[in-house]
Amino acid sequence: MVLEELWTIKELFVYPNEYIYWAIQIVMYPYMTGLVAGAFVLSSLYHLFGIKQLKEIARFALVFSFALLMVAPLTLLLHLANPERSLYIALTPHFTSAIASFGVVLFVYTSVVGTELWFLFRKHLVEVSLKLKGKANKSWAEKIRYVVHSILTLGAWDVSDTSLKQDAKAIKVLAGAGIPIACFLHGYAGFIFGSVKANALWMTPLMPVIFIMSAIVSGVALCLLVYIIIMEIKKSLVSRKSAANSGNTLKEIKGVEMNAMQTTVKYLIFFMIFSISLELLDLVFRGYTAVKSWDILRNVIYGKDFINIFLLQYVLGSLVPFILLLLPGLTVRRLIPALLLVLFGVFMMRWNVVIGGQSFSLTFSGYMDYQMPIIPRSLDTFKEGLGGALLIAVLPFIFFWLLNKVLPVLQTKEPD
Amino acid sequence: MNRIRHPSPIRREVPVNRRDFIILAIKGTAAMVLVKGLDGIFRPPEVQAWTSPLRFVFLVDTYKCIGCGFCVKACKLENEIPFDADVSRTWVERYVVTGDGEVFADTPKEARYGFTTGRIELGRGKFKDIPREKIKKAFFVPKLCNQCAKPSCVQVCPVGATYQNADGVVLVDRKWCIGCGYCIMACPYGMRFFHPTYHVADKCNFCYHRINQGLLPACVQECPTGARQIGNIKNPEDPVEKIIRTRQVAIHKPEYGTNPQVYYIGLGEEVR
Repeated sequence: MVLEELWTIKELFVYPNEYIYWAIQIVMYPYMTGLVAGAFVLSSLYHLFGIKQLKEIARFALVFSFALLMVAPLTLLLHLANPERSLYIALTPHFTSAIASFGVVLFVYTSVVGTELWFLFRKHLVEVSLKLKGKANKSWAEKIRYVVHSILTLGAWDVSDTSLKQDAKAIKVLAGAGIPIACFLHGYAGFIFGSVKANALWMTPLMPVIFIMSAIVSGVALCLLVYIIIMEIKKSLVSRKSAANSGNTLKEIKGVEMNAMQTTVKYLIFFMIFSISLELLDLVFRGYTAVKSWDILRNVIYGKDFINIFLLQYVLGSLVPFILLLLPGLTVRRLIPALLLVLFGVFMMRWNVVIGGQSFSLTFSGYMDYQMPIIPRSLDTFKEGLGGALLIAVLPFIFFWLLNKVLPVLQTKEPD
Repeated sequence: MNRIRHPSPIRREVPVNRRDFIILAIKGTAAMVLVKGLDGIFRPPEVQAWTSPLRFVFLVDTYKCIGCGFCVKACKLENEIPFDADVSRTWVERYVVTGDGEVFADTPKEARYGFTTGRIELGRGKFKDIPREKIKKAFFVPKLCNQCAKPSCVQVCPVGATYQNADGVVLVDRKWCIGCGYCIMACPYGMRFFHPTYHVADKCNFCYHRINQGLLPACVQECPTGARQIGNIKNPEDPVEKIIRTRQVAIHKPEYGTNPQVYYIGLGEEVR
């Protein structure tokens, strides 16, 4: 029994070896790297260009980007038939392959984000360590906190004004260097698909650009969404408690939230227009030039995948949120469903590229249907099924929660 | 007075300081990369293939194929591809063209049992009966790996687990394949699949274990009509070489630029 038979249904003339080999995890892979890149670009808008309104969300976006970054390679690990050999990509990289540089790109990008995070929170780490060091009768939790924090300072205890200024400079440089690297990380995910000449739907030089634009859209949307939800929770906590014993008053939180919201939404709309224009250009161009593959692509795009592409991706995932965001008098209540729809739209775009690209045969005379395994009957159907996808979707939040234990991501006030 | 000779004092200073060491390491790495790069420039695989006295090519005469499926059966047994698994290194396609120009094609179970019925398989458990009087032409086309001169599967393998020998055959290292499936995606001919037992990429290699012993590939040996032949395009005395050089032959899907090395006699325009 061939594993892929579990989720592939063939119709008409399909070559015997053709199956949906790249399933849900490969849908999740560009989705997650896209979120990473988008979150990083959002944080860099503040650090590099000094857009003040984004100060609070920028810090949050950077940490969230790091949390997402830890999950992105996991999608590929879950996909590989021999994950124990994944290190071979670093050991014997075959550089004519687009995937070969994955190790290099991921390593460089992780280093940049990690270093930027360290510079951003170094002062905090030193302060916490020093405070705990002086404290007598430390509890167990405090002892662990002390050890973790003092290790994370990496021995750089100098928090004088000059050294902090240097930190700020380093952050700026890293944020600047990070943008092209983030775009490369994701553009390169687009290249992996766009360069497959055997696949008529994937092969277009626009693919990396489309991927980058939709990546920024999804990353910005997710950061804003999570940020707003956390702020809303904070608001309800603060209003329940008396405002006096908490660091932030209700008014402060509201002010910060609205500020971040309005500016971020502007950028979101801007990138959405870019992303949709490029996708439509691709579609129009294919239809107009109508090369050999167009017959089958038309059947897929306007026929079999019509609901997925036009209804779910374009109308529900792009047009509706676009209108919701553009209507005057933006409120949180309207913003949250709009952002959820944007995220859904970008997910559907990934789905339509990865699964859609495999839903027709190389014969151009047959089709393949993908039926995602819902109930995991084996490890493989878990990995390449709903369970694996949900695991990937949930993990960044767990990582973020852990990071938040060490780094003061969500304080609206400076920790000084 | 005899003086006791002390061994020379141990040098106290560090022979190489850190800065020098790092510079040396960088220079050394650069030199190694340069040497490796130069080797690749002056002796690339193309040159090795060009100077090799052996280049395997395959010739399929579609006029001779009767669709018995012995080739598929022999291949599966010879190469230990689980017989009942719906993947195969080679298969036979049937094309049926009706008077109104409609083309039907199928390859039921890769034709491992041959073509036992006149009905065309449509997938999803459906079949189509085509009345005999409507059929204008019908023929069989055996398919196998094209051992392309410019294989896209080799290009995209991220770890170099699939590679091309100087004799032109593209092979897979089962110990090194990570199972990403990129090569499967990259092959325009749908030749590659995951081996159901070993979970690594698999494909036809002209029965490499046989041809380098001077034996014929299993499918060639089993073909009762001589529809499948293998030869050496570098040998002017080779009968296959003679046919390819002197007769009208065609390759499959030339538009992908992969330069296939399996040549067909009678490759109709209906063939997918």
